[in-house]
Amino acid sequence: MTTDTLSAPVAVVRIAHADGWVTVCDRALLSPGRGAAVLLPDGGQAALFMDRSGAVRAIGNRDPFTGAYVLSRGLLGTADGRPFVASPLLKQRFDLATGVCLDDEEVSVPVYAVRVE
Amino acid sequence: MPETTIPNTPTFVLVGHGMVGQRFLESLAARGLTPAAGRARVVVLCEEPRPAYDRVQLTSYFAGRSPEELSLVEPEFMEKHGFELYVGDPAGSVDREARTVTARSGAVFPYDTLVLATGSYPFVPPVPGKDTRGCFVYRTIEDLLAIEEYAKGAETGAVVGGGLLGLEAAGALKGLGLRTHVVEFAPRLMPVQVDEGGGAALLRTIEGMGLTVHTGVGTQEVTAGEDGAVNGMALSDGSSLATDLVVFSAGVRPRDQLARECGLAVGERGGIVVDAECRTSDPAVFAIGECALASDGRVYGLVAPGYEMAETVAEVLGGGRAGFTGADMSTKLKLLGVDVASFGDAHGTAEGALDVVYADSRSGVYKKLVVTADGTLLGGVLVGDADDYGTLRPMTGSVLPVSPEQLVLPAGAGGPVTLGPSALPDDAVICSCHNVTKGAICEHTTLPEVKKCTRAGTGCGSCVKVIGQLLPQSQDTGLCGCFPYSRAELYEIVRTLRVTSFTALLDSHGREEARGGEGCEVCKPTVGSVIASLAPTVGASGYVLDGEQAALQDTNDHFLANLQRNGSYSVVPRIPGGEITPEKLIVIGEVARDFGLYTKITGGQRIDLFGARVDQLPLIWTRLVDAGFESGHAYGKSLRTVKSCVGQTWCRYGVQDSVKMAIDLELRYRGLRSPHKLKSAVSGCARECAEARGKDFGIIATAGGWNLYVGGNGGATPRHADLLAQDLSDAELVRLIDRFLMFYIRTADRLERTSAWLERIDGGLEHVRDVVVHDSLGLCDELERLMADHVTGYRDEWAETIDDPERLRRFVTFVNAPDAPDPSVRFVPERDQMKPDLELLAGPVLAVRTLEGTSS
Repeated sequence: MTTDTLSAPVAVVRIAHADGWVTVCDRALLSPGRGAAVLLPDGGQAALFMDRSGAVRAIGNRDPFTGAYVLSRGLLGTADGRPFVASPLLKQRFDLATGVCLDDEEVSVPVYAVRVE
Repeated sequence: MPETTIPNTPTFVLVGHGMVGQRFLESLAARGLTPAAGRARVVVLCEEPRPAYDRVQLTSYFAGRSPEELSLVEPEFMEKHGFELYVGDPAGSVDREARTVTARSGAVFPYDTLVLATGSYPFVPPVPGKDTRGCFVYRTIEDLLAIEEYAKGAETGAVVGGGLLGLEAAGALKGLGLRTHVVEFAPRLMPVQVDEGGGAALLRTIEGMGLTVHTGVGTQEVTAGEDGAVNGMALSDGSSLATDLVVFSAGVRPRDQLARECGLAVGERGGIVVDAECRTSDPAVFAIGECALASDGRVYGLVAPGYEMAETVAEVLGGGRAGFTGADMSTKLKLLGVDVASFGDAHGTAEGALDVVYADSRSGVYKKLVVTADGTLLGGVLVGDADDYGTLRPMTGSVLPVSPEQLVLPAGAGGPVTLGPSALPDDAVICSCHNVTKGAICEHTTLPEVKKCTRAGTGCGSCVKVIGQLLPQSQDTGLCGCFPYSRAELYEIVRTLRVTSFTALLDSHGREEARGGEGCEVCKPTVGSVIASLAPTVGASGYVLDGEQAALQDTNDHFLANLQRNGSYSVVPRIPGGEITPEKLIVIGEVARDFGLYTKITGGQRIDLFGARVDQLPLIWTRLVDAGFESGHAYGKSLRTVKSCVGQTWCRYGVQDSVKMAIDLELRYRGLRSPHKLKSAVSGCARECAEARGKDFGIIATAGGWNLYVGGNGGATPRHADLLAQDLSDAELVRLIDRFLMFYIRTADRLERTSAWLERIDGGLEHVRDVVVHDSLGLCDELERLMADHVTGYRDEWAETIDDPERLRRFVTFVNAPDAPDPSVRFVPERDQMKPDLELLAGPVLAVRTLEGTSS
């Protein structure tokens, strides 16, 4: 149903890592409004999200409040026009564009650049 | 010139780290007068073996609060500000000439300013035998632990003193399971705070709890047995009292010994003399809290004035102007579960003071307002029902907007007027612990914000209810920042317009600014639950993870399992009514063994299997479904279990087959999505072994059928369920539960359990009974039809999932490495099973942080 908004026949998601770009997956594997975890070449983890317009963003997958690698399993939302994910454990929200926690500005997670091509 | 050569910052030495001492440190921190800010060196000498804790809440230890939870010091507080705290090392002497303090350990600390916050000590009357083994005071956590230890070998305890602290101590002894006596010299309990009528109401209620109160008698002697330990007390009326331990709680005295020894001026009856700035007779020395004799000639034994003194000194040290010239002695507390409050001129000592009194000894309620002839409120006493304290106390000194008698009469007695906090002037003090006015509170919009910015509500907590009423939430009943409608309203919109899509609902009914957005973590699961509840009726898929619905679910619903703290999941197969065959038990054991899962029996008569990775869930469930298990919905806001006792079939007392009924009900309502989880139980007789009255809907068998109870709850706010209907047949029972549940699902707020819902909705239980029993709204046909749709439409989510490759696709940890297991989910052994490797969670073992640079 949502495929008509994804006009490109095949769109590949790449994520910035070290000095280059890592190919992650076909965008069709992502569901709008949900996240997916990505295993990075060095063993680290990123959380990848696609919103309802098809835009894709990535932040670190580790929830700094609990230490668990679960942010990819949180719910996406919009607050004051900014996209965020809420941790599934204790519900702290993280801005997907800056990585800053909306509920505690002193805490943040890394942000990764993403390309869909 | 480099600053390091002349450290010209002053040194503050604080003697005493109790509640007031800690508050002084917080006040310094708030003004930036800290070592971390380079403004001062601050040394703290603390006699007790632990930093400041909430002494006022000491008795809550018996309600399960640990000494750590009583702490008032946030982690890292000392380190963050650079305060030097010496725990277990009290000040031994002060040399005011040399301006040094010598600690008991021998360490010497020079000071520029010395602040004494030494508090008070319990007064022990000089009766013979007061030092016998088995005699205690009740002031510190150590006192409490010593009493707890000694009480293990005791059956009876006596408290000397029936004032505020004495009743606290009596509560502690009662909490330890002792038969408890209270001996008070005055003719009534709490003689300082309440008058005769209030004391009588209090007495009756406290005696009703099984405590024995002796008023108007003094303690003559504490007697000892042959073993040298306390065995009783001789009282002034010639009687004696057998007891195994004695707690003296007959008031406190300022701890001014240190001040006396170094020659500071002290009052005739104790207390370090201070001026309005809390400065002692030596300008370099201040005294605050219970050790100080304030400039109005009083020693304040309450924490709020102590806090005010701490603020005063911090302000003065920062170069500002402040003064403490006396404080309001108003108090509100819960003693042994009884609300007691007194404020203003509680005893009516002012000239022309008139009393307006309501007393109901039967229910233990006593209310007295002291007013002048023109209706100005001077003070009051409230016992048994102090709900109005929060609004009445701030009105002290002003003319009441309604007649005082209307304010003391109970609701339904002709004059049920409750003063809303909106009637208060802006300068009315709402939080007297932190001296915060209504005007200051109204600058904020949420309770957490108020607490953070003004500290109101963080002291004794008695004003939190009023703060809640002052905040603007009542104007906007919207679910969240995305929807201006409540959950119940959204339910009606989804039902009548047959909406099956969250985004459609958001774009048509969301707030203007939220339309076109993603929604949020509040409204997505809520709307997902509403659509799921109504799925068969509105034509949505009954499978909660189909299409767009998948994106609405919390992770637990998304993976049909319960997320645990290390990112692994737990699995709970349904065991209807708690009845299970040996074969099925063996399957659960085999699955747990083969996948290395931690197993635990739950409170709902089933078995929880912990530690599954996402990719293991379908494999585990394939085995479970093959053996005939279904999802237990432990992850959903839906029916959990219907617990049962063994019932008539086996039990000699049972009068109905409770197991069969529990199984029937659990199978009927399984999978029903609701505003919050639903728990139920069926007991086979009035002995109630299934604890049905602690459930959302509980059923108790009678000789004539079934009694249905609703709105029960366990957890943090326990509530016994209320009887909705009695002696029902099987069919009547099921029909009534159908209606009750559907009415609840339709009208409750998000995450509102039936207990809170029943208390909130207009008309309460009576209204619910009218609707679901007497069909006063004509809704019952529809409610029954909705439930019938649910029962017909039910399918097991796990069976459907493992049969569908498309649905199984989500059960991978990494989208780019579907076969890789999650390296962060690791376990270590404990008690012959395994537990999460929490060290792995705490440390940056995985090299994620090295990637931070790539974002910029």
